[in-house]
This record gives sequence, structure tokens and C-alpha cells, in this order.
Amino acid sequence: MKEELQKRIIKGPDGIEFEVEPMRDYYCEAAPTVMPAAYSKIVEDLFNWARSESIWILGFGTGCGAIEMRPLMTPRFDAYRYGVQWRPTPRQSNLFIISGYLSVKTLKRVIRSYEQMQNPKYVIGLGSCTINGGMYWDSYNTIKRLDQYLPVDLYIAGCMPRPEALLAGFVDLKKLIRSGKAEGANEYAENFDWYKANQKRVINDWDMPDYNW
Amino acid sequence: MRELYKKLNKLFPLGELTEQRDDLAFITIEQEQLRSLILHLRDKENFTHLVLLTAVDWLEDNLFQLTYLVSNREKAIDIGLRVMISRDDAVMESIHDIWPTAATYQRELREMFGIDFPDSPGVNDDFILEGWNNIPPYRRDFDTLKFSDDTFSQRSGRETKDPAEHMKQQLYPDGA
Repeated sequence: MKEELQKRIIKGPDGIEFEVEPMRDYYCEAAPTVMPAAYSKIVEDLFNWARSESIWILGFGTGCGAIEMRPLMTPRFDAYRYGVQWRPTPRQSNLFIISGYLSVKTLKRVIRSYEQMQNPKYVIGLGSCTINGGMYWDSYNTIKRLDQYLPVDLYIAGCMPRPEALLAGFVDLKKLIRSGKAEGANEYAENFDWYKANQKRVINDWDMPDYNW
Repeated sequence: MRELYKKLNKLFPLGELTEQRDDLAFITIEQEQLRSLILHLRDKENFTHLVLLTAVDWLEDNLFQLTYLVSNREKAIDIGLRVMISRDDAVMESIHDIWPTAATYQRELREMFGIDFPDSPGVNDDFILEGWNNIPPYRRDFDTLKFSDDTFSQRSGRETKDPAEHMKQQLYPDGA
């Protein structure tokens, strides 16, 4: 366990000493829970419509695909006209685009960021690397299947896909959300132990809490 | 370049010279000569810039080759100093006091090749791998494909085709 997560005594600016136990004070102690659907289908459909029109992307580039986001968020391709925006923090976003190869070191940061995002949240795997490893199929340091570690709603194949492919992906994701099939956050909560076991199998120095929210 | 080699050879016992280009040459030297030669090059011959420090694994000869590439910015010439060290006891003297940037290279070599540089700052800290518990991945006896197959699960249905054969089939299906 990291030093910053250990229980310790801290002296405040006013000179008063107090005890800090980060695992208890800063993080939730409960596993994620499944969010039930609304009481009636028509209401859930309305919610899903609203969700599909409110996509906020986490500005986190994991691999070379991150470069595709720059023309997307600028006037050349202008993804904002589809009602899609980038946010700088996981707390304000609900779509995580894993943009290309994902090294084990980045996977750790991705898990932390994903878990801090608010429900309902979606994951897009961008590029061949997230599907079957792509050109990094024999690498010692990149994962081969993203869906072993995070629930993926949509894959966009290619190496790298063009920004147009991402725009088409956003439209497809909206369709998925509207039809109620983008239940990644609930899948994650249901199979939480399986996902954690997979994550811990590749991340050897697990020095963070199991629940990062 | 040859003149410089002659000049240096009077002062230091040098190994063979390999002239790659007019502005790039490599000299093989002994481990003990490195510090004095690199200091001489920096202070007397104006090779003020350490371009890179890298290693090659000569598995069959049981040697690591360390290459210190230094550059003379005014004359725009580069010299690479090659040092062969034993693979079994891979320890090399640190040069972080000559160029502080060397500490980063040495930290990387420590992690990727398992070459130790005693007293180099932070040399034993994790560099880019975290929690690595296998043999260093850039050593040639590390089987990266086997490690990858064992560690990361494979999605079924992945096909590999020989590019030459595949394109021949695509372009000339009747075998012409």
C-alpha cells in the first residue's frame, strides 16, 4: 500500500493534530450497486433519450488514438454539433474512450478514472488494440482484450479509425443508449468480482483501494 | 574523425574505430577507460552533449554493449563510445555526475536490461514498468510472445496471413 494511503497523524495549519485514514476517509467502502431501471418503461425510455443526448467525454488519451480527438473537438470535424463534449475530470463525464493501445500502467489509471465517473457511464474501445491487441499482439506490456477489464459498450475497429468513424460511433452509441442496451455500469457492478480479479491478475503492484469512488 | 581518433589514441588505449558516416563514428573502449575518455571529450574536445545512452544484448557472446553517444554541437559530429560488459554481472559505473540526464537513461537500462549503475539517483525506482516480477523485458532471453500469451487473454478468431502470399492471392487469384 502506498505511503499516501497509510493511516497517519497530520498537523493542520492551525496547529491541531488529527488522524487521517485515507482508505476510510477518502474512499467508499462499499462495492458498486446495480442501478435499477425507472418504474415504468416509458419513463426509462425518456431517461435513456435524455442520456443519449448528453454525452460528456473524459479527456483522457491512452494511446495513439488520442490524436484523433483533436480534429474532432476543433472546427474541422466539430463533434460538438452531435451534442458531444469533452470534460477535464472523470466526475463530470460519462463516456470513456479508450483510444488505442492500453499498457498495464495506464490500465491502472484508467480503472481509477472509470470508477470515479458517475453512473450511467459508457466505454468505447477505439482501434484494433482494444479488440484483440492489434499490432501489439505480442507485447509484454499492453492488454489484448479491453472487455476483460472494463465493460465495453461499443468498439470502433481500425488502426487508427478516422475521426469520421468516431462520429459514426457516437451516433451508434446514441442508438444503443436509446434502446436501453448500454448498461455497462450495471454490468460492472454485477460482475464486479470478476472484473477485479482480471484487473489484479495483470496489475502486479495493486497499491490503490479496490473501490475508487 | 580519423585525426581525432589518432589524437585520442595517444592518450588512451582505444579499440577499433568504426566510421559510419563523415560525422558519425564509433569507438570500442574498455570499461575502465570510459570516465576519463568521456571527461576528456567533454572538456577538451567540446563534445558537450550526451545524445543517448543505450544497450544491446549480445546473448550469444554473453555480453551487453553500452553505447554512449556524445555530440560536438559546433562541428556537428557525433562519437559513440562502445563499452562491452559481462552479461552475468551487469554492473557499470554511473556517469550521472558528468551529465545529470544520464541518470534517466541508467534508470531505464536498469529496468529494461537489468544493468546496475550503483549510486545513480533513483536507479532502482520503477521507470515505466510497475511491479515487474519477471526477467527484464529487453533481455533477449525474455520470450515476449510467451509472456503475452500467458498474461493477457486472447480473443479467439484472430488470423495471421503471410503478407506476400495473401497479396498474391488477392491480386492474381488464378495463380498467374
